[in-house]
Amino acid sequence: MYPKELKYDREHEWVRMDGDVATIGISDFAQDQLGEVVYVDLPSVGDVVSTGESFGEVESVKSVSELFSPVSGEIVEVNSELDDAPELVNNDSYGDGWMIKVKVDNLSEVDALMDADSYEAYLAEEA
Amino acid sequence: MGEEGRKTPLYDEHVALGARMVDFAGWQMPVQYAGIIEEHTAVRDAVGIFDVSHMGEFRVFGFEAKDALQRIFTNDLDRIDDLGTALYTVMCDEDGGIIDDLIVYHTGDLEYLIVVNAANREVDWDWITAHLPETVEAVDESDRTALIAVQGPEALAVIGELAGGGWEPPARFAIGEATLGSTPVLVARTGYTGEDGVEIVCHESHAVGIWRALLSFPQVAPCGLGARDTLRLEMGYPLYGSDMDRGTDPVTAGLGWVVPKAKTGYIGAGAIARVREAGRTRALVGVTVGEGVPRHGYPVLREGVEVGKVASGTFSPTLGHGIATAYVPVELSAPGTELEIGIRRKVVPAVVAKPPFVKTTSLSAVGS
Repeated sequence: MYPKELKYDREHEWVRMDGDVATIGISDFAQDQLGEVVYVDLPSVGDVVSTGESFGEVESVKSVSELFSPVSGEIVEVNSELDDAPELVNNDSYGDGWMIKVKVDNLSEVDALMDADSYEAYLAEEA
Repeated sequence: MGEEGRKTPLYDEHVALGARMVDFAGWQMPVQYAGIIEEHTAVRDAVGIFDVSHMGEFRVFGFEAKDALQRIFTNDLDRIDDLGTALYTVMCDEDGGIIDDLIVYHTGDLEYLIVVNAANREVDWDWITAHLPETVEAVDESDRTALIAVQGPEALAVIGELAGGGWEPPARFAIGEATLGSTPVLVARTGYTGEDGVEIVCHESHAVGIWRALLSFPQVAPCGLGARDTLRLEMGYPLYGSDMDRGTDPVTAGLGWVVPKAKTGYIGAGAIARVREAGRTRALVGVTVGEGVPRHGYPVLREGVEVGKVASGTFSPTLGHGIATAYVPVELSAPGTELEIGIRRKVVPAVVAKPPFVKTTSLSAVGS
């Protein structure tokens, strides 16, 4: 369950590019590991994120995970639907479960991320 | 890698059902199958089953069994003089520190069945047997005994079908024999979820058969330790190791109701009486939050100053927000008192609330 048009990082986030705007969420593997999501703690529009740094948290009954940004840039949109419907992260992790949109400073950062096949191989190696 | 944990007779069933297994008190146990919230909801709305075979079962018998246990347990066994009745109690050391909480069943003339927490099985066995006179015998039946909890508004209906015509369910907090299919078992109308239901005590060789028979009912959901924790915390039921430990006395822990003031002559009585006389300085209270999930060890604050720590904390699937227990100074223990909880980088408002957090269940209809 790893859409081919997306890029992935080692912390299990995915990236969908549209021009220089990256939509970011967590992968199917990550949502399955977490279990039913009850809270998503996200930053605000206008906040700046840096590659590899935490931009928020996603929480289930039994665990909390930090969200790490795969890119650097300014946040242009945040998925406010996750306030009332955190389960979207589980049910539609690549669609309505998206978390933030970032105007990427440096597009070459996106090229450096894993494609779907590399991410699947990475998961197989992790297990 | 580490040492492999102990397995209950139902281990292979859990793995076959796709359960996520974790270590709990040295046992490999299912934390969830379909998901904690889904399982929790199944118990509140219909019926769920739990493998609790890791718990300990001891049988104590002899002419002086009752007297011996009266000296070891805080609660009064006079309350279970009727055969087939059960009593929740704690067991304390000479300083009044809680060794474990447990249930005692009066299963026969001069005979009692004691069910203890898995984490304390060895400690409890050593403590109880060290305090029995020679005329009282104890048998550790834990390894040959399986325990399956069946909980929810539809639990009794399922057991009734398995037990067949002519079987009457025991009264609340009573235990009796039954035959499920062709298997002789004990059925206790007790539980840790706040719903009506039973706990089935059977020989370990019959555990798989009974588990599968229960799952043959489409409304029955297998439930793991994750849901067990959210269900019990919604009711304010304490968990040893989280809400109390050897350093806690029962009065401070809010368990004074299992330590009747009129009873004397048991281990720890003097220390507990002194706490009562002096008045407790801290109390275990229930707390609700509007956002975030409080967890064990998180700081509890009053106007920015730390006054205590979260004991147990979780997300309440029924209520849709976080709930917790915490030890706070007794002056801050009244329901409605405004506090804060530090949830990692944030400080969120919290309110003292008297448990149960969920007020209406199938059990509140029956009466515990």
